[in-house]
Amino acid sequence: MTRAFRLSLVLLMLAALALSGCAQATPTPTATQPPKPTSPPAVQPTTPPTPKPTPVTKTVVIGFTSSKTGSQEVPSTGQTRGLELWLEQVNATGVTLPDGTIVKFEFKTYDDESNKERVQQLYTKLINDDKTNFLISPYSSGLTDAAAVIAEQYGQIMITTGAASDATYQKGYQLVFQLYTPASRYLTGAVDLLANLDPTAKKIAIVHENDKFSTDVVNAAKAYAEGKGYEIVLFEGYDSGTADFAPFINKIVGVAPDAIMGGGHFADGSTFAKQMYEKQVKAKFIALLVAPPELKFADIGEAAFGIIGPSQWEPQAAYSEASAKAAGIPWYGPSVADFVKAYNAKYGEDPAYHAAGGYAAGLILQKAIEDAGSLDTDKVKAALDAMDVLTFYGHVKFNTSAEAHGLQVAHEMVYIQWQKDASGKLVKQVVWPAEGKSADAIYPLSR
Amino acid sequence: MTEQLLASLTDGLLLGFVYGLASMGLSLIWGVMRVINLAHGATMVLGMFATYLLFSTLGIHPYVALPIIVVLSLLFGFLVYTTAVHRVINAPYLSTLLATFAVNMMIIGIGTAVFTTTPRNVDIAVGRFQVGPVTLLSTRLVATLIAVVVTAGLYLLLYRTRPGKAIRAVANNRAAARLMGISAFRTLALSFGLGTMLAAAAGALIATFFPFTILSGAGYQTKGFVICVLGGLGNPTGALIGGLILGALEGIIPVFMAVNWVPVIEFVLFVLILLVKPSGLLGAR
Repeated sequence: MTRAFRLSLVLLMLAALALSGCAQATPTPTATQPPKPTSPPAVQPTTPPTPKPTPVTKTVVIGFTSSKTGSQEVPSTGQTRGLELWLEQVNATGVTLPDGTIVKFEFKTYDDESNKERVQQLYTKLINDDKTNFLISPYSSGLTDAAAVIAEQYGQIMITTGAASDATYQKGYQLVFQLYTPASRYLTGAVDLLANLDPTAKKIAIVHENDKFSTDVVNAAKAYAEGKGYEIVLFEGYDSGTADFAPFINKIVGVAPDAIMGGGHFADGSTFAKQMYEKQVKAKFIALLVAPPELKFADIGEAAFGIIGPSQWEPQAAYSEASAKAAGIPWYGPSVADFVKAYNAKYGEDPAYHAAGGYAAGLILQKAIEDAGSLDTDKVKAALDAMDVLTFYGHVKFNTSAEAHGLQVAHEMVYIQWQKDASGKLVKQVVWPAEGKSADAIYPLSR
Repeated sequence: MTEQLLASLTDGLLLGFVYGLASMGLSLIWGVMRVINLAHGATMVLGMFATYLLFSTLGIHPYVALPIIVVLSLLFGFLVYTTAVHRVINAPYLSTLLATFAVNMMIIGIGTAVFTTTPRNVDIAVGRFQVGPVTLLSTRLVATLIAVVVTAGLYLLLYRTRPGKAIRAVANNRAAARLMGISAFRTLALSFGLGTMLAAAAGALIATFFPFTILSGAGYQTKGFVICVLGGLGNPTGALIGGLILGALEGIIPVFMAVNWVPVIEFVLFVLILLVKPSGLLGAR
């Protein structure tokens, strides 16, 4: 080799070092430690007349995976943050069982890389090696479907959050309980909103991700829209991980719909919305799944303006002890304001629905253990089957039929739209249902 | 229908130039040294990440960053050739195939550890021009222009300079070129470096219009093989034309059928070309 060649190699090594220095540090896929309790776990009796035995403290291990990397990173991070906030709060006092045992909770969690195969390996590891007592689902219907079969095979209760697909709960599972409004009811409200905004709108184009959740959602929305007299002028799926939406956008332009619905998850939904804006697609109404309710969706700037998204929960939600009383169902857990305040204090931002769903998953498990007065799987399952409760997250009740055991039957969706406040800043507004809206929907979209 | 066809075809062709640019690298390396570079897709992704890092951390605009990426990737190509390929250059094809596959796995492994598989975006302002029913995006137009300029530069290098003539001589007959005093090592290293550079440059341009992850290279690499077979393996002009044909197909097919049919038709075409005209449409050179 010549000197010049050796010199070029040295230069290359230096450049590679400089580039790697530019890279941001990322989390490593290892088990995380649970947050420490923020206050003493139990109140000690001051002047006991007779000596009582010290309460026994038992630690319950809850296992789940989160997508710290991969396409589901953004919503999964919110979900995990919600869970961690719940853990911190519940461990401040613990849950006291009728026999005086104080139950504390501990998380065992790994990065599933948004990958189904990893999910099955990791849930098996959580149950066998980490000796979990209960499970929470990963984020997304596809990953949860992969995890649910493991939970059922090993006889562990799994509370699912971030997993709306109906199909998982129609497989005869007995230990899997869904918190989200099912996919079959995800976009039906958007059709109702469109009908409310413009009775003359007739043509809908549906472009969706070809995955379990999105397909369930759009199949139900298509049937619902057709039942309402809409014409579905385009109905086509795209592969997960699609980066170029130009072929779909050109097709949409070709059929000139009044409304565009579909999408899938955060990464593809954001890209789809961005590319529609770049191409100046002229639709009056755009409703996409999953991505719009996330705060990070606003990172696409002007392309976010006017986009509508179904949300499982929003900070403006009007659930309260008073509404529980009016509905004749028990209230449980923190108020909406307390949850938002605590989340904001811990993470410095308002929670999106994925975070609320994460917190609610812990809360519902806590409620089931309290109701059961035991950590026994059969007793906790019976408590979940009997549960009918209103929380900050909304109404929670599970289907107990053999055909769809564990499917959520009570929780309702809201629909948000990205609008601008007086200063021109993008903000989320609840635009549907009418009784819960914080602003009127912007219609038609003008681009 | 005509308007949709026009818009779709324009999108496809603009993308085809960038596909062609990437495939020219693959074709050049095969043409000169008979190596199927399985690290090609991963190298494209390195170009994407270099653009992303220079933009997000140092604020360097992707088009300003391109010359930096070109130089770095050329040097990276030298490094890969020297460390992984040169020792097995005269061994059977399987050895070079495995060597470049190993490089591919190393890039993906290190990249996954450092960058994770989270999608990244290079968010630059996008201008647009309306020409009839067609909306032209500035990023695609600039990418096409750069692809054409780089292609012209490559041709000037290959046909008007001594190192270029040396590359063509080595591609034609390595032993005879050696007898004429041409250093085979230097020439092969330069060829590999140029091929790597073309891949990274194409990756850098793609990063300006699509999101990407460290795993995005596989899809582009597969397209690269189809393009090279279409145009004729070892023929850089053929690669560019193959890129345009593939881009046009990707534009036209979705007008008449579901987008999911695009890869099916692409690969049917791939097999048909291999069966009917294995030297490609323009023939190997």
